[in-house]
Amino acid sequence: MILWIVNLTVLVLIGLTVWWFLLIKPKALKVDGNTVDILVQNGIYEPAIIQAKQGQTLHLRFLRKDKSPCAEVVIFEKLNLSAKLPVNQALTLTLELKDKGEFEFTCQMGMYRGKLIVE
Amino acid sequence: MEHACCKHNDASDSQEDNHYKELLKKSLFAGIPGLLLFIVMLLNILPQISTLHGQIVWLIIGVITFILMLYSGNHIFKGAWIAFINNKANMDTLILLGTGAAWFFSMFVAIRPNSIPLLAQNLYFEAALIIIALVNFGAALEMHARGKTSQAIQKLVGLQPNTARVLRNGIEVDINIKDVLVGDIIRIKPGEKIPVDGIIIEGQSTIDESMLTGEPTPTSKSIDSQISAGTINKTGSFLFKATRVGKDTVLSQIINLVQQAQNTKPPIARLVDVISSYFVPTVIVISLITTLAWFNFGPEPKIGFMLVTAMTVLIIACPCALGLATPISIMVGMGKAAEHGVLIRNGIALQQATKINTIVLDKTGTITKGRPEVTTIYSIEPGNEMQLLQLAASLENGSEHPYADAIVRCAKDKQMQLLEIKNFETISGKGVQALLDNKKLLLGNQQFMMDHHVSISNLVVKAQELENLGHTPMYLAVDQKIKGIIAAADTIKDDSKAAISHLKSLGIKVVMLTGDNKKAANIIAKQLNIDAVYAEIMPHEKVLKIKELQNQGNIVGMVGDGINDAPALAQADVGFAISSGTDVAIESADVTLMRNSIYGVVYAIAISRATMRNIKQNLFGAFVYNILGIPIAAGALYPFMGMLLNPMVAGAAMALSSVTVVSNANRLRWFKIIEG
Repeated sequence: MILWIVNLTVLVLIGLTVWWFLLIKPKALKVDGNTVDILVQNGIYEPAIIQAKQGQTLHLRFLRKDKSPCAEVVIFEKLNLSAKLPVNQALTLTLELKDKGEFEFTCQMGMYRGKLIVE
Repeated sequence: MEHACCKHNDASDSQEDNHYKELLKKSLFAGIPGLLLFIVMLLNILPQISTLHGQIVWLIIGVITFILMLYSGNHIFKGAWIAFINNKANMDTLILLGTGAAWFFSMFVAIRPNSIPLLAQNLYFEAALIIIALVNFGAALEMHARGKTSQAIQKLVGLQPNTARVLRNGIEVDINIKDVLVGDIIRIKPGEKIPVDGIIIEGQSTIDESMLTGEPTPTSKSIDSQISAGTINKTGSFLFKATRVGKDTVLSQIINLVQQAQNTKPPIARLVDVISSYFVPTVIVISLITTLAWFNFGPEPKIGFMLVTAMTVLIIACPCALGLATPISIMVGMGKAAEHGVLIRNGIALQQATKINTIVLDKTGTITKGRPEVTTIYSIEPGNEMQLLQLAASLENGSEHPYADAIVRCAKDKQMQLLEIKNFETISGKGVQALLDNKKLLLGNQQFMMDHHVSISNLVVKAQELENLGHTPMYLAVDQKIKGIIAAADTIKDDSKAAISHLKSLGIKVVMLTGDNKKAANIIAKQLNIDAVYAEIMPHEKVLKIKELQNQGNIVGMVGDGINDAPALAQADVGFAISSGTDVAIESADVTLMRNSIYGVVYAIAISRATMRNIKQNLFGAFVYNILGIPIAAGALYPFMGMLLNPMVAGAAMALSSVTVVSNANRLRWFKIIEG
């Protein structure tokens, strides 16, 4: 009996891990206005997924609270854009959203991950 | 998509320093009690868990451990929780799960020892503390090592002085560099740094530009010479007019270009990015599978084995080492290249530069100085060479031909007075003539002398000798009588031969393109041991030649001037643009060389190769570490050797893996090539 309970529990945990971390996609924040504040803290960008409209000018205001060097750079690889984020000071990146598409932004190591969706 | 960057403020060094100290403090707070507990447990001097007294003691230790874990690991636990509620998993998640499992299991044993088989009644409070200490210590070491990776940029940023001595209303005042305006007149004294870009308007000096261009020899500067912010005035005192300030200076452009380039990745890193995004959830799943395997197939005490192996898997896995492997090497490599005046646009160019097997060099301006110089003054009356030069320079003073410029420059360098001439006339393609004190002077080629019935028979052999060297002889006659020869040539740069030889030693075929005739081109090619020559090439044909070489299966690097050669640079697999020293962002170039020397190409290729080698070492190390470490942590060696990895050893290995990657990248800081 215990054998079954333990096996089943661990299998359920495996399923939950895959579902929670890999299958659930966080909701995108639809941009209202032209400016989005992004908090860089505790290993994540918040919001991590931002949805904006093609043609608009978007100001992404990053506020890095995480002092670890992992968080210090944000990179938009497809846009060939990167910036060093100061601690506890906002840094604004201004983007002219001319093209549709999904543009990932990450830290140097790819542990902080976010996405800008232009529709 | 366009972007306009940005309102930027750098994180202060003191904040990073504080964070470093905080990490070390947290490491000590967890590490010292953890180590003491470890020793005490080894000595077996604490009461047994099976007694009530022992239970109470261990419960108290458990609570103290909890408090210490919370203090030293609060940032880790908070990070893990925030990531979890946002459906993310990171390094913190693994540490939380590993140390959390160790603490909860130990507390369970302390509260209800009888619920656990006797053999599995182990306590892991010390392991939880030491792992948290090691994680903090590793992060502090990594932070310290990472600080060194950006030294190149810090050096560049530090080049600009804080103040400038500006002439305002006739008075010299020291003002903040931010307040200097375009058009301001600035005084520079010997030994001072140039604060902004500008043009010298009074005085002369030599300036050390090595920090921007990599050129080791100081450059002479006089009126109308351009000077750049960050360079150092050596000898003279002068006034200059500011032409570019703030973010427009060459120095600022270099810093911006290098910072952007440092954050790009070569194609080799793409696979790592994909792996990184699935890494942590995969490790959690592996840890759970390990639990199942030990529970179903392991020996007694199964619960103990399950816990230790699952915990060790979580602790040993290190996504940071993988994630750091590429960017940290790129950061050091790009910075190191910039120190030598080599600006590599991005990671793609860096990776491509390592594959180059053919370098195409434009002759004029790249191999040669691009400006003719007098090479020989030969008088038929020995000892009259200076007079010959004076006559030729006086005659050519009105001409705009590059060889005329060379002769006049040579005379001026020798402080000669030029003589007054009359009736100056140019005969296109042949020579020039004029009157000096009613004497008729002629300077020109063989045909020109023959046209004027001047006998040159005693100088033909000498002229031929000079032609064979690739020099252009010009005959000088006074009143129909030949006086001698002055030869000029676009001379080979001092370091071209050594640099080409260095390129060949890297296994690269060197090809020369030139608009010159085949004979002249072959003379140069022979002197420099160049592998192939394409002469009489029109500028628009350069692209076709590059394509031709590419079609033969070569990976071609083209070195040119960035403006005239833009199409050829764009066609090449890697375009190297030689900057004029005043423009950094050359659009068509993958690599911008701030120094007008082929050694820039040698350096770019060599540092690219070294950086890619470093990245591969890091990636190999990080992959092998995780691929071997995780199965060993899961107990793969147990069936064969009866060996299990201690979770504390796993913690130490994990902390050291990131530090090793960063330290390996830092080795690039010592990279150098010996010129000459």
